[in-house]
Amino acid sequence: MQERSELMQTLFGRLTLEAIPYHEPILVWTFVATAILGMSLLAYITRKRAWGTLWNDWFCSIDHKRIGVMYMVLGIVMLLRGFADAIMMRAQQAFAFGDSMGYLPPHHYDQIFTAHGVIMIFFVAMPFVTGLMNYVVPLQIGARDVAFPFLNNFSFWMTTAGAVLVMMSLFVGEFAQTGWLAYPPLSGIAYSPSVGVDYYIWALQIAGVGTLLSGVNLLVTIVKMRAPGMTLMKMPVFTWTALCTNVLIVAAFPVLTAVLGLLSLDRYVGTNFFTNDFGGNAMMYVNLIWIWGHPEVYILILPLFGVFSEVVSTFSGKRLFGYTSMVYATVVITILSYLVWLHHFFTMGSGASVNSFFGITTMIISIPTGAKMFNWLFTMYRGRIKFDVPMLWTMGFMFTFVIGGMTGVLLAVPPADFVLHNSLFLIAHFHNVIIGGVVFGVFAGINYWFPKVAGFKLDEFWGKVSFWFWLVGFWVAFAPLYVLGLMGVTRRVSHFEDMSLQIWFQIAAVGAVLIGVGILAFLIQIFVSIRRRDSLRDETGDPWNGRTLEWATSSPPPAYNFAFTPRVHDQDAWFDMKRRGHQRPVSGFVDIHMPKNTAAGIVLAGIATVCGFALIWHIWWLAAASFFGLIAATIIHTFNYDRDYHIHADEVSRVEDQRTSQLAALQKA
Amino acid sequence: MSTADTERAYDQRHVHSHHHPEGEAHGTFKGYMTGFILSVILTTIPFWLVMGDVLPSKQATVFIIMGFAVVQILVHMIYFLHMNTSSEGGWNMLALIFTLVLVVITLAGSLWVMFNMNDNMMPVSAHEMRNAP
Repeated sequence: MQERSELMQTLFGRLTLEAIPYHEPILVWTFVATAILGMSLLAYITRKRAWGTLWNDWFCSIDHKRIGVMYMVLGIVMLLRGFADAIMMRAQQAFAFGDSMGYLPPHHYDQIFTAHGVIMIFFVAMPFVTGLMNYVVPLQIGARDVAFPFLNNFSFWMTTAGAVLVMMSLFVGEFAQTGWLAYPPLSGIAYSPSVGVDYYIWALQIAGVGTLLSGVNLLVTIVKMRAPGMTLMKMPVFTWTALCTNVLIVAAFPVLTAVLGLLSLDRYVGTNFFTNDFGGNAMMYVNLIWIWGHPEVYILILPLFGVFSEVVSTFSGKRLFGYTSMVYATVVITILSYLVWLHHFFTMGSGASVNSFFGITTMIISIPTGAKMFNWLFTMYRGRIKFDVPMLWTMGFMFTFVIGGMTGVLLAVPPADFVLHNSLFLIAHFHNVIIGGVVFGVFAGINYWFPKVAGFKLDEFWGKVSFWFWLVGFWVAFAPLYVLGLMGVTRRVSHFEDMSLQIWFQIAAVGAVLIGVGILAFLIQIFVSIRRRDSLRDETGDPWNGRTLEWATSSPPPAYNFAFTPRVHDQDAWFDMKRRGHQRPVSGFVDIHMPKNTAAGIVLAGIATVCGFALIWHIWWLAAASFFGLIAATIIHTFNYDRDYHIHADEVSRVEDQRTSQLAALQKA
Repeated sequence: MSTADTERAYDQRHVHSHHHPEGEAHGTFKGYMTGFILSVILTTIPFWLVMGDVLPSKQATVFIIMGFAVVQILVHMIYFLHMNTSSEGGWNMLALIFTLVLVVITLAGSLWVMFNMNDNMMPVSAHEMRNAP
């Protein structure tokens, strides 16, 4: 690289033309494909003249339902990116034996496994989980929206801003080569001098703001805005798990922010928190990041436990078995999730006392989880089980997750962990619980609540295709990794010498392709369902004979959710209302006070993205400008007093009358 | 039937309510003054301990100051944030206890883990330390 003039340095910081990886054919082709796809999407939106709708009714929307849907779309888009990374790794490892070096150079391979982990956790699993909670929780508790509707929109766009930064690293500069938690000293400035780790830091910091605020928002919503009569022990289980998850988010994410803040200080201003010399201690980073990291995995899985609880009782036609024990199990998991973090680094030099303490707490956490599993089984016992797609996902989960849980207990034994640590056995274990738990749960949730969102069911055939390919694909892809891990193969390796291992990696690659078919079938399922929406239409608003309040509304629900706030008498509020012959109120509507859409969220997140980009590339003037711009824009937004409007009683009664006649027509048919 | 399951009175409370929910305490002049005076006392004593070199042992000073800091936090919570066992329907207290549990776990756990690791480290001589890269 030639010497750059002072002016260029000031203007562009570290950013040069060299940063664009035009010399890497894989990335060039990816860019071309992305550009073509992106252009055709933009052209399609323009041709449909949908920009106005998209901007006004979606991007600026502060309706929790629309924001929930946008979270799900973000999750699906990033799932495709994360899966592309996965299939590249599987392909590399299937080929790169002996003389063949595969098609990915190590520095590229390292970025791929880092990006895969970061994207799948932060920009796939988190948006999915937040999206489901955002859509369902206010409906389940009989509320009109979340507690802070604008904050909700802002949170979504901050999460998206983080995702945008990660995606940007693909074509401008590079991503971290450190693994998804960026342990120092490798992630320190001495060993990762380039922009990769900075992309990692700022993407997570910006998305973290969104996650934290959305956690506060949903927490307040659940505590403060439940329908009258809904005491804590009458809350639907999904809402309970959402409550615990958001408590965990609020308590854990500041730790991530702080530890990444310390790492940035090390990298930007030369402090020595985590360096090897000058009194720094890299172990403190590992310790702190897992104090966030372990609660994080429970943040991901708890809401899906809630989804499974809803699905199991609905499709078994029974009240959930052991509601109280389910709630207590959830709370116990919430607390215990803070007591196990060291099991992620048993091998890093702690003594027997520390290791045995954390080994035992880890084993204890399987007890409440096991209690949940039995509750689901007993709910199914003697139930009239309907094998719809959400129920298939749930049963697939029960089978897969139990095995993943058992390998987890194996890893919880410190001496066993000394053998298995950092091996593919560990990789197989956490994919077993995250795919088998979180991903299956998300698909169960999507299939379960889609009719509520769209007004028509998802296509059954393609749903089943997707499920079976995912289930079989998962086992074909990860069972070989258990075997390899037991033989001592370590993770994050891009080339192998021992040819006898190759067959296992090839089987795993086949599994990854099967999962790919599962993802494709899911996309086809959505496409086919939209095409066939008239025959899949559900006008009742309650297609599964549901039990909780979200099924009391029309599908999709009106902007205000409930014309009158329902009064709750039972834990399965809607089922109880149906049983007691509840009549919809059909008159006496009043004006409804609603929050107004605003562009402030997307503007603030846009400025935050620019700020992050400038910090990554050391473009100081832009960083300062966008940072103060961010503060100024926030202050300006506080002077916007035009934040609410009333839906007139006439309008409410028009919508409700339409619904009344729709229901009457159904009754006649 | 329709009135039994629906409640219009709660209607306004949900979105953008300008009313404060019940159970929110408001401070009195006496309360603020008590808090202020206590805070001043609790700040002055540690200041005097350090500036006047009152105690012979530095460690003792540090621990005493930590003690005062904890009391200071409590004073702020009670007199300025108006927290008690029943404010916000007990949620404040619950949140406080939960926070305390987590803070204790995090701090005590980290200290234990880090000291334990330090003990298990290979001993490094001063000479090696100086020549470390």
